[in-house]
Amino acid sequence: MATTRGTLRQYGVAVRALLVLTLILGVLYPLVITGIGQLALPQQANGSLVRVDGRAVGSALIGQSFADAEGTPLPQWFQPRPSAAGSGHDAAASSGSNWGPENPDLVAAIRDRQSAIEKLDGVSVSAIPPDAVTASGSGLDPHISPEYARLQVHRVAAARSLETARVSALVESMIQERDLGYLGEPTVNVLALNAALAGMDEKN
Amino acid sequence: MSTTTEERTESSVHRHKDTAAPFGPRQLLAALPVALRKLHPRQMWRNPVMFIVEVGAALTTLIAITEPLSGGPVESGGTAMPSAFTVSIAVWLWLTVLFANLAEAVAEGRGKAQAESLRATRTSTIAHRVPHYDETADPGALVATSEAIASADLHLGDVVVVTAGELIPGDGDIVWGIASVDESAITGESAPVVRESGGDRSAVTGGTRVLSDRIVVRITSKPGETFVDRMIRLVEGASRQKTPNEIALNILLATLSIVFVVVVLTIGPMAGYSDAAPSVPVLIALLVCLIPTTIGALLSAIGIAGMDRLVQRNVLALSGRAVEAAGDVTTLLLDKTGTITYGNRQAAEFIPVGGAGEAELVAAAHAASLADPTPEGSSIVLLAERLDPTLTRVQQASGAVVPFTAQTRMSGIDYADGAMLRKGAGSMVAAWAAESGALAADTEGELRAAVERVSEAGGTPLVVAERRADGQSRVLGVIYLKDVVKTGLVERFAELRRMGIRTVMITGDNPLTAKAIAAEAGVDDFLAEATPEDKMALIKREQAGGNLVAMTGDGTNDAPALAQADVGVAMNTGTSAAKEAGNMVDLDSDPTKLIDIVRIGKQLLITRGSLTTFSIANDVAKYFAIIPAMFAGAFPGLEVLNLMGLSSPASAILSAVIFNAIIIVILIPLALRGVRYRAASASQILRRNLIIYGLGGVIAPFIGIKLVDLVVSLLPGF
Amino acid sequence: MPPLVLFALQLLTLALLLAVLYRPLGDYMATVYSSTRHLRVEKVIYRLTGVNQDAEQTWPIYFRSVLAFSAVGILAVYGLQRLQAFLPFALGLPAVSEQLSFNTAISFVTNTNWQSYSPEATMGYSVQLLGLAVQNFLSAAVGIAVAVALVRGLARAASPTLGNFWVDLVRGSLRILLPFAAVAAIVLLAGGVIQNFAGFQDVGTLAGGTQSIPGGPVASQEAIKLLGTNGGGFFNANSAHPFENPTAWVNLVEVLLMLAIPFALPRTFGRMVGDNRQGYAILAAMGTFFVLSVSLLSALELGGRGTAPVLAGGAMEGKEQRFGELGSALFGTTSTLTSTGAVNSMHDSYTALGGGTTMLNMMLGELAPGGVGSGLYGMLVIAILAVFIAGLMVGRTPEYLGKKLGAREIKLASLYILTTPTLVLVGTALSFGIPVIRESVIGTSILNPGLHGFSEVLYAFTSAANNNGSAFAGLTANTPWFNTALGVAMLLGRLLPILFVLALAGSLAAQEKVPVTAGTLPTHRPLFVGLLCGTVVIVSALTYFPVLALGPLAEGLL
Repeated sequence: MATTRGTLRQYGVAVRALLVLTLILGVLYPLVITGIGQLALPQQANGSLVRVDGRAVGSALIGQSFADAEGTPLPQWFQPRPSAAGSGHDAAASSGSNWGPENPDLVAAIRDRQSAIEKLDGVSVSAIPPDAVTASGSGLDPHISPEYARLQVHRVAAARSLETARVSALVESMIQERDLGYLGEPTVNVLALNAALAGMDEKN
Repeated sequence: MSTTTEERTESSVHRHKDTAAPFGPRQLLAALPVALRKLHPRQMWRNPVMFIVEVGAALTTLIAITEPLSGGPVESGGTAMPSAFTVSIAVWLWLTVLFANLAEAVAEGRGKAQAESLRATRTSTIAHRVPHYDETADPGALVATSEAIASADLHLGDVVVVTAGELIPGDGDIVWGIASVDESAITGESAPVVRESGGDRSAVTGGTRVLSDRIVVRITSKPGETFVDRMIRLVEGASRQKTPNEIALNILLATLSIVFVVVVLTIGPMAGYSDAAPSVPVLIALLVCLIPTTIGALLSAIGIAGMDRLVQRNVLALSGRAVEAAGDVTTLLLDKTGTITYGNRQAAEFIPVGGAGEAELVAAAHAASLADPTPEGSSIVLLAERLDPTLTRVQQASGAVVPFTAQTRMSGIDYADGAMLRKGAGSMVAAWAAESGALAADTEGELRAAVERVSEAGGTPLVVAERRADGQSRVLGVIYLKDVVKTGLVERFAELRRMGIRTVMITGDNPLTAKAIAAEAGVDDFLAEATPEDKMALIKREQAGGNLVAMTGDGTNDAPALAQADVGVAMNTGTSAAKEAGNMVDLDSDPTKLIDIVRIGKQLLITRGSLTTFSIANDVAKYFAIIPAMFAGAFPGLEVLNLMGLSSPASAILSAVIFNAIIIVILIPLALRGVRYRAASASQILRRNLIIYGLGGVIAPFIGIKLVDLVVSLLPGF
Repeated sequence: MPPLVLFALQLLTLALLLAVLYRPLGDYMATVYSSTRHLRVEKVIYRLTGVNQDAEQTWPIYFRSVLAFSAVGILAVYGLQRLQAFLPFALGLPAVSEQLSFNTAISFVTNTNWQSYSPEATMGYSVQLLGLAVQNFLSAAVGIAVAVALVRGLARAASPTLGNFWVDLVRGSLRILLPFAAVAAIVLLAGGVIQNFAGFQDVGTLAGGTQSIPGGPVASQEAIKLLGTNGGGFFNANSAHPFENPTAWVNLVEVLLMLAIPFALPRTFGRMVGDNRQGYAILAAMGTFFVLSVSLLSALELGGRGTAPVLAGGAMEGKEQRFGELGSALFGTTSTLTSTGAVNSMHDSYTALGGGTTMLNMMLGELAPGGVGSGLYGMLVIAILAVFIAGLMVGRTPEYLGKKLGAREIKLASLYILTTPTLVLVGTALSFGIPVIRESVIGTSILNPGLHGFSEVLYAFTSAANNNGSAFAGLTANTPWFNTALGVAMLLGRLLPILFVLALAGSLAAQEKVPVTAGTLPTHRPLFVGLLCGTVVIVSALTYFPVLALGPLAEGLL
């Protein structure tokens, strides 16, 4: 009997301990962090939103689609990486494709993307960098490689009737080197690049 | 105990060589019938690893018999198997089990011969029992009637009379009488020994023969549990119980076996997904190769052989646990006398004090020692006669001898004219001399200085004093009795220190003397003026600090300490109380053998650990032999893993199984002989054994399996 | 810069940061668990919960306390999910299904954080905060408490008790995890990780479409998810999601968070047993595997073997551009060598051998450096087995830190190493062996055809039984079979090892200490570290050789 009572007591302690700790760790802690975030780092805490003319057009951290309603790439925009999030760049359904290296679907998809880029940008398959034909892990990768950005310069310039050199210079100025010079990969933020591109149009 | 350490070591090594049966085909053949009998599942069950192999062998045999009906071996993992495949696997699996049993049988066989000769002494004899023994009125049982009964019917506490020419019917203590006894049946020593009632030489062993005189013996063993019975069981390995380390190791081996049973049982359904399911014989082959069969097969042989090595050195371990504990010993208690020094001290010098001339002292010492039968006494006489050749031994007649007693702690001679001579322990003799008036201060100072000088040098000072007929006493001087430390001990103690064992010398001497001898012999510590209680307290103190203590002893006094010590080696010459209390008996009664016992204990553990490491390390190569072979049909890409370039899947699998069986036979001699052990620090030993048995265990099967494969690939179909 | 230099610099930076943390963090944790003083807030908690903070517990009571706390935790998380519809800040999400609630409750209480669901579409803020984030703290604190109990078992002599579970739990949560998580959360915030309660915000995109940007208290949860080696993502994409892991330097910080406590615990161990060298030996063994594994995975991913990677010109499927192969391989290795299971890239899309490496990491037993607490106790159990075999080889009854290893200790250590492989292999075999299940597994769950499909199932059970939580996420695990089987695997894979470890701790604590002599096997030298590594490989990894051959090896060596 003593053991039953001991066990009961233990469960009583467990329930009370969970309640008290939930209050501290599940309520107080996130509230304090939220408070600090909203007061000290509101831009980051609220999703690093990018505003054009005061209107939020997306997040600097979240890749978005530059295609029409049917999913056809719009040639006047720099294109992001392929996305497996929802029907593409669905920020409410982040996801990779999870296709394995030997999966025929993946092989076919890569072929399709390569030939699409080949057609759209008029480059040979061998010049297409891997990030251009592979879906990112999140499906929301905001970046592309500098190679992929450069590859698109001609087409974008042509579509917008801009001088290639200006677009090219813009791309070069938008290249972010590796963090600290050696962490990660060099990137180009597609939304930032396209927003700058839009600004360029207006100035014209 | 007159032999020196070196002689003793030599003789035991010599004996070892004589009796240790060399391992060869003849031994294997002789052990074969026993090995076959051991195939009975009830016997195999005790060894889970080999039991799994036997079940696998039986299953494979069954498949080998039935598969011709369905058209030969089934395809495995997409590869067709040659028709002889299953049969070959079955045969080699049976051989694996057989080799394991052979190892055990060979190890046991070595004890058999010894057991036979012991058994001869156990043949029933007639005992003359005294039913109504009266130890006060008739201690010699001279008038009491005795009845003749079979020795097997004797009970604990019975009293028997044994006369010259008879066999002693059971283990016991002499309660009356003295006799010379032939104990060669047990010790192998042909010279008779004297046994007498009272004191430390009172134990007799059943089966030994009384050569002279008549003794009354109280039986101290139950029927069937005599010393000889125990010895027979021990050397035969019948009463072998698993030792704690062996149990722990068995658990680990069983666990590794279970893991691989799970691995093998689950491969089928998982490989089924890719239509690559291996056939049952292939899975059994994989299982047998992965479970630690090498150590599983040799484990009990290693244990038996370890006990056997002790028996070769004439030491009986009454439990395997004790042998293991010997390897763990961290503190060795060694009696000074007989172990560190020769049993007898030698007179080395006469130091006159208080104005006495040296000649005067020499003559007095000579006279006082003439009646002293101890080795010390005769050494005094001899030294005195060498210094003064004019001394003669006739004076003896003119006085009454005063013997040494524990109370007076001196001996001497009383002359008819009232003059007396005394020699003995300093304080006692000085007190005796002072009875007739205090000693002169300078004499006393000189005496103290002389006594201290001798003590500091590790000697024993004996003070000599005389009392003239007029009642005047004076101290003549000091005899320097020198303790002679056995040669070669310093090295052995240094070796023990490297093994992490602390040596403590136990002596009744005063601290000064003890310190000097301890320094000379190179022991780490000493316990001076030790009483049995002190010894017991020391053991308990060491054990409380986590040390494991080993000691030797022979007297009844020693019994509690022998029982308390983790390894208590009783001398065969000792009392039965001592022999009961210890967990080992040294038939040679050689206290220095403790060091050998420690080595044997360590060697036993090292052999087990090394072969376990070897066995487990073997798995790496076996995996690389079998896994690619198993799935080669379905996934040709795995051929990259066929590092050994084995000729075909069937050959690879069979070669691994064959190697797995043969390695057992190859390692039997090592299991019996034990891994070489040299005193060194734990790191050094580990490095060495890890390289040989760990790294060797990884590499050897790569070579071995490849070699077997070269032969197997010659077979048609493989 | 050539990849090798980048790789070396990245690893060196990490090593440097860990080296800086090793002593202060390890010593601090030792002080926390050795101190006899209670903070005022702790005293209040003990009073509220009815704990006698100065009463020590024997191992069975310590274990029963773990059990009671885990049971209550599972019920609470289950209840919160089932009642989600009635909770505030639920984002309008309905109650979670019974099976999924069962699986998720076990998953978070066992420090696994396996997610059979997509969080954005399943869990509102209330369940995330009150249920999942709380368990991220508590399951980590339980893990450290158990490890500390084992260390006490080795450190104490002739002691019937191991400490007090409730005190260890509260101290681990409040003195270690909470302050470090708070600091980490602010660093993550600064890097761009979000922290709000805004829900989904619709924006009109540049191209004229709309996008629904998610919100949520992510930074606070991300910090403890990594620090406590939990790994449960706030979002489906886990740490690949830019709101969880926005930049390459944050990525390194997150890797550091996962490794900080597990790599500092050897120091705590060394301190508590009174010999820091023992801690360095354990650290060296952990570090060896870490460096080998991260090198291997980096080489394999950079090498990009396989049909799709070769076609694309690199193994970038499932990887984020800002991390690249190296940043992904570092995170993937860290996540699977600890019990975190967070991912910043999709392991399912790794090269076959690369994906196999992440599996092998878990199969090693997650002890290089392993989960918070579980890594240390896992490595100590292996050390005990290594000492046992090596101890025999030097001719002594084996002893570790003055404790003799007899039948009872070996039995418990053996049961420990037996548990996980059995769960992994039996679970995987049942998935393919029972026709009904096989049908569901192949028909519904497996995404990738062929050998990779087998790997998905093997990965799932490996991850669950080792309490990792990462996945070959193509597998649809929200089915009756996987929710149940993985739930059971997680529960047994957590509680059985804890039972064996605490029993072992009790048995060791009760022993006297054997003094060290020249005959004692030294357990702080390189030789012993090598032996430890060898034992890990032979005891853990080799067991899985056949199944690895059937999955990643067969696929990768085609």
